[in-house]
Amino acid sequence: MSKPDTNNPFAITVNEVRGRNVERLVRFITLGMTWALILPVFFILGFLLIKAWPALSVGFIFDNPEKNMTAGGIWGPLIGTFMLIIVSLLIAAPIGILAGVYLNEFARDNWFTRFINLAVVNLAGVPSIVHGLFGLGAFVYFFQMQRSLLAASCTVAVMTLPVIITSTKEALASVPQPFRVACWNMGASKWQTIRTIVLPNSISGILTGVILQVARAAGETAPILFTGAMISSRIADSGWAAMVPYGLEDRFMALSYHLYIISTQWQNVPESFKFGTAIVMIGLVIAVNSFSIGFRIYLRSRKKW
Amino acid sequence: MSTSSITPNTSTSSPTAEPTMKSWNPQSMPTTNDKLSIRARDLNLWYGDFQALQDVNIDIRKGIITGLIGPSGCGKTTLLRCFNRINERYENVKTTGDIEILDKNIYDNDVATRQLRRRIGMVFQRPNPLPISIYDNVLFGANIHKTHKQLTRSERNDVVQQALEQVALWDTVKDKLKTRATTLTLEQQQKLCIARLIPLKPDVILMDEPCSALDAEGIEQVEGLIESLRDDYTVVIVTHNMAQARRATDECIFMLMGEIIEHSSTADMFLNPREEKTEMYIQGRYG
Repeated sequence: MSKPDTNNPFAITVNEVRGRNVERLVRFITLGMTWALILPVFFILGFLLIKAWPALSVGFIFDNPEKNMTAGGIWGPLIGTFMLIIVSLLIAAPIGILAGVYLNEFARDNWFTRFINLAVVNLAGVPSIVHGLFGLGAFVYFFQMQRSLLAASCTVAVMTLPVIITSTKEALASVPQPFRVACWNMGASKWQTIRTIVLPNSISGILTGVILQVARAAGETAPILFTGAMISSRIADSGWAAMVPYGLEDRFMALSYHLYIISTQWQNVPESFKFGTAIVMIGLVIAVNSFSIGFRIYLRSRKKW
Repeated sequence: MSTSSITPNTSTSSPTAEPTMKSWNPQSMPTTNDKLSIRARDLNLWYGDFQALQDVNIDIRKGIITGLIGPSGCGKTTLLRCFNRINERYENVKTTGDIEILDKNIYDNDVATRQLRRRIGMVFQRPNPLPISIYDNVLFGANIHKTHKQLTRSERNDVVQQALEQVALWDTVKDKLKTRATTLTLEQQQKLCIARLIPLKPDVILMDEPCSALDAEGIEQVEGLIESLRDDYTVVIVTHNMAQARRATDECIFMLMGEIIEHSSTADMFLNPREEKTEMYIQGRYG
């Protein structure tokens, strides 16, 4: 900079120049980190797609594994994972949502509430393999569900409950307090307030949270490893029996476990099958997420404020 | 369990007891109706260790508009919230003393707070219509109390129309009753918040700075509406706006630090305040 212009009371000083340079640097670094975040995503997806390309076909999705998994498709594991998501949702959603409603709407700030909240936070940090072992002890043996879709779903549900409760509480807390105050002052009970005003205005956020969490957890191997997943089961190739191949008390095939088996335990499986399975798994999670986002947009459009 | 507890104090409720407000002379009141609507005796309230109300004794007369004035934090809103016991929904509140409304101590065990809140309506500083249609807002209270369950559709429509006509909102919204209430202007929202109390047939309407979110025209309209509620309802208004207190109320209660300093007719309060603290506040020396 040249010497200060005495006629300009707002002339730039050395301080501003330095500040401007720092600003540019910070902007550059943060932008770089953002790219560092998303590049691996594209890289992984591209890599998987190229490797999986030879296997990908309609038959790969809709046919069952054949010849020791060296031929055919992955319909059995795919529908198994999907059923796991549905059954887990049916178990986890009511428990998690109602517990979240209690904690956000009824619970007073006392030692019991703080203890529950602490427990929820800590449960969310328990490794999935520990949940798998818990499911084996609790559901498979103690409740005598044997290794089954039901036992695995219960395990996945327990694993996701802490996160579901947290996301439900957040969705409920986003409903403005003046709505509740208005109801109470007209003599509404807390439940009437929740039923008529709070839940209708938070249900989109609640359901999105629940579906996202369950879909993520159902993609994990550890919770189903000891509780219900099996390497191979003979299921029908067509008709209703192929659409819903597993009963609640049956063991089932699942994508994550299938991928683990064909990648590490089985010989002579074409490489493209492994990557194809990974792609389908990612596709399933993306499909479920897209559904829940679409569902949220639909509910939001009906939202009343 | 509620953490608030009530200890009724019966020693002062004897009818022969001397009125505690020496500065208030009922003969100077400009009203025709001498019945009492709200009568508080030795009311004390604590938020945790902080005492927000101290030995409050007041008699609010029926069918007039009473203003509650005083600087921020003096306990006006807290006192208002005692009258429908909504304070108990907030945590860590402890109350002692009696409040009689319609000759019934509202802290008695046989008082259902939901019925109390039905009969004692509340209007807030920030208009808070519910995120449902205008029509459903007006009927919300009636629906939760199931008072209008037997009514036919056309009778319900009449209830809605009457309530909205009473607040001078009917002509504006009659063609969009199904649109959501939160799309209305602030002043229309505030009128709606008053209209939704009417189907509940309240005896008392409490208003906590009902005009402070509104512009000048909105204030004028809502004040006109409050004026029209006189005689049918007992209205208690908390306000920060001295000019409004002067314009829109019949009697004023001046509070400071959780205590009642002066209660007199609005004319007396503004022309001949008895207490020096009142005079200084009204002149804008503090607060």
